[in-house]
Amino acid sequence: MTRRARLLAAATLAALGAAPLIAAAGPSDAEIAHIAYTAGALDAAAAKQALTKSRNAEVRAFAEVMLRDHEAVNDKALALVKKLKVTPADNATSQALARQAKETEAKLAALDGAAFDRAYAANEAAFHRTVNGALKDTLIPSADNAELKGLLETGLTLFGQHQAHAEHLESSLK
Amino acid sequence: MRPLIAGLAVLLLPMPASAAPRTHVVVIDKMKFSPVPAAVRPGDTIIWVNKDMFRHSATARNGSFNVDLPPNSRAKTVMRAKGAFAFYCKYHPAMTGVLKVGG
Repeated sequence: MTRRARLLAAATLAALGAAPLIAAAGPSDAEIAHIAYTAGALDAAAAKQALTKSRNAEVRAFAEVMLRDHEAVNDKALALVKKLKVTPADNATSQALARQAKETEAKLAALDGAAFDRAYAANEAAFHRTVNGALKDTLIPSADNAELKGLLETGLTLFGQHQAHAEHLESSLK
Repeated sequence: MRPLIAGLAVLLLPMPASAAPRTHVVVIDKMKFSPVPAAVRPGDTIIWVNKDMFRHSATARNGSFNVDLPPNSRAKTVMRAKGAFAFYCKYHPAMTGVLKVGG
């Protein structure tokens, strides 16, 4: 990724996290569904990478929870968009999340042992902070459909605990 | 007539401490344990009901019980001993509670 593209992606994420003022003109439900699903799928992929690479029991237990919980939410999300006959719409935020996750995956792939464990935990804490900020400030306020809003709220409750768990793991590995 | 009245009087006496074991319910919903029941006694059963779409556990910190709760499931624990049992979900450690078992 070029420096410019990286800056753009970072700006998109920052705007997403701090955009309550433009919530009225915020993402559509189809885009929100895509962003939420993408974030979950990326975290599940990160968990799979951790389960392949880490030998730390605590890190592995955390990754197993991430994989299971995010897949559970995404299964519900898929069932919901099908029921609502909404086709999730790709968008700049989903793409920025995916690009950033790809960079992180490459960075983590080059690490092993305790260095990998620390970087994975730090990234999980940061990733959940970013996504939770976006859920709270932009995605939940922008969601029109009540069921979608409800699922996002359940997600935020869950991911808030994931964030605390990741931060605890991160500090225990220092 | 007298024995019958005496019999009724026995029936009307308060329940002795060794009453039949009871069942209490603790619900997990939206990543939280519901408030724990009061007046749990040794021999009583706790039914853990997981209403979430996530797998949880009810795990005693002292190891006295460890119940696995798949999404939308329920499971039982019989509380044998008196004491205060701190418990948590081992998958979501922010979910906690304390079960007090008294006489």
